Amino acid sequence: MKAQNSEIYAHGYSDNDFQRIYRSLKLIRRAEEEIARVYPSDKIKSPVHLSIGQEAIAVGVCDALEATDAVSGTYRGHASYMAKGGSLERLFAELYGKATGITGGIGGSMHLIDIEHGVIGTSAVVGTTIPIAAGFSMSFKREKKGRVIAAFFGDGATEEGVFSETLNFAALHKLPILFICENNGYAIHTPISKRWATGRLCERVETYGIPTAAIEDQNVFKIRDAASGFINDMRAGAGPAFLEAKAYRWREHVGPNSDFDQGYRSEIDLEPWRKADQISLVGSLLSDSVRRLIDNAVDDAIDKAIAFAEQSPFPKTSRLYNNVFAN
Amino acid sequence: MSLQTESARDLHYVDALCEAFLQEMELDPSVVLFGIDVDDHKAIQGSTQGLLKRFGPERVFGTPLSEDAMTGVAIGAAMAGMRPIHVHIRMDFLMLAMNQLVNIASKAHYMYNGQVSVPLVVRSMIGKSWGQGAQHSQGLHSMFMHVPGLKVVAPSNAYDAKGCMISSIRDPNPVIFVEHRLLYNTKAPVPDKPYTVQFGKARVAKKGTEITIVGISNMFMECMRASELLSEEGIEAEVIDPISLVPLDIQTIYKSATKTGHLLIVDNSWTNCGASAEILARVAEMSEYRTPKLRRIGYAATTCPTTPALEEVFYPNPGTIAQTAYRMLTKGKTEWKPDPQRTKLSYQTEFRGPF
Repeated sequence: MKAQNSEIYAHGYSDNDFQRIYRSLKLIRRAEEEIARVYPSDKIKSPVHLSIGQEAIAVGVCDALEATDAVSGTYRGHASYMAKGGSLERLFAELYGKATGITGGIGGSMHLIDIEHGVIGTSAVVGTTIPIAAGFSMSFKREKKGRVIAAFFGDGATEEGVFSETLNFAALHKLPILFICENNGYAIHTPISKRWATGRLCERVETYGIPTAAIEDQNVFKIRDAASGFINDMRAGAGPAFLEAKAYRWREHVGPNSDFDQGYRSEIDLEPWRKADQISLVGSLLSDSVRRLIDNAVDDAIDKAIAFAEQSPFPKTSRLYNNVFAN
Repeated sequence: MSLQTESARDLHYVDALCEAFLQEMELDPSVVLFGIDVDDHKAIQGSTQGLLKRFGPERVFGTPLSEDAMTGVAIGAAMAGMRPIHVHIRMDFLMLAMNQLVNIASKAHYMYNGQVSVPLVVRSMIGKSWGQGAQHSQGLHSMFMHVPGLKVVAPSNAYDAKGCMISSIRDPNPVIFVEHRLLYNTKAPVPDKPYTVQFGKARVAKKGTEITIVGISNMFMECMRASELLSEEGIEAEVIDPISLVPLDIQTIYKSATKTGHLLIVDNSWTNCGASAEILARVAEMSEYRTPKLRRIGYAATTCPTTPALEEVFYPNPGTIAQTAYRMLTKGKTEWKPDPQRTKLSYQTEFRGPF
């Protein structure tokens, strides 16, 4: 796995597109960096699986979605949550365990949801959200409004039986679901070489009659193009599609730090991905002044979100038993 | 049971279930029913008969043998606003769905702070006899009772089967619906109109003064027969059907046990960490001054054998239930053995295979 080069391919995109996509990438990167910065203070009461270095996948795919479409994600789900428009303030409040959090401090980092913005709920158990997303897509198919769902998961999830089961069912019923494997090469610390008999993931998926694409270099526009093509076909009834986006996790599996000192992987591996970093590459397509405006706006939004989280109250103990059952 | 209404007919358990699906699917287009073989010619012993023809393959469909994924699909569809009924022909197969049921279905409403709910019905059937054996006979309801957020119901007769199913379909929570294969052929008066049976409300099916016997699922039927044997010995047992296990109407059981001073739980499952353990523990905790005498019986603490020679001693039957009650009341001082011809399980007198 390697990132291709440091030049950006962005055919057919306008300056407005660059700005929008850059803002989304930058927001996720900066939010994750701020989470990492705050983390040692112990104010964040939730294990965090940061998306730093993998932002382009969520951003590219979500940019191709409509507001009424949905996404499902994993415990490494901050990126898809933010890219789909999930509330930033309520994300930070959630990480702080506050009553104003997106789930009132119940779910934490690994159970993000924002139904209003089409984020259907992330899960800590690998692979579990894949069939849940298919269930949503079954409902979308029945309502015949052309809505689709993008289901994000990691390379480890493709080893779970439920992945194959869901591919089969989704293909059989032509469900409007885009499967996106964020392949960062590691399941916690175990590399693919110890887990997969072959690396031919797309080929495996194609045997279900599902069209696939692989994007090797995090290029956000290539990701968006591939997603967009699949989604258009899906809205016309073509059924599911599969996108494998190669990535590299810059930080440790869980927590705020880098972990190259631990010996299971080398910092040299990060170099090509640094060169392919979409935040700087897409940023370089903007004028300095525009980029600065966006950067400042992003930082302001994050500062505001952190202040909101800091100032919000913890939930009252009396709400412990709320929502065990729905009424 | 005050089941008699003007429009009630005697209906088999299996047909009562089917009528519930038919009526609710007619009423609510968001109700869908799927599972392995629900749309084949045998139609899950007839319980889904005619639904495909009436509602079409969009709402009634057989699935791949993918319990894990199909449970997830059902949960997702439920979160998105549908009301799925997911069917498993044996409860044993629910083990393949545990991850989704325990990690998502039960928790989604809570961990997502009410942003979604999971109005899902999971039907499963406990099998028994004619060599059902180790993996077609398990009553695993207590596993689901353990996890907050799941409702668990185990109706013992056709009236409750229809009423509980309609309640389950209308419930905004995941409901584990425990059926028993041997109950399918039993009849009860069932109103032809839709109606609901309220969860968390036990039924005192037979009044008595000396001992309270609680029978779960099919064992309720055997407890009723045991109470007849006891009656002939001059012992009047109060027999209770809890109907729903979560929520559990512990008050009715506690009240009765306090009155009779003796409580025997008969479960269609093992006793270890089971529904019977939970009911007895709660009654013991509630009994501040004088704890009733407590006993429970259920499956033998083994795997279920297939041969009739061993199966007979694996399950409680009206004889062992009556004998256990008798010993509790006489403190084991007097031995009594009911006529073996009358202690056979009810199906042995009226039911023949194959399954």
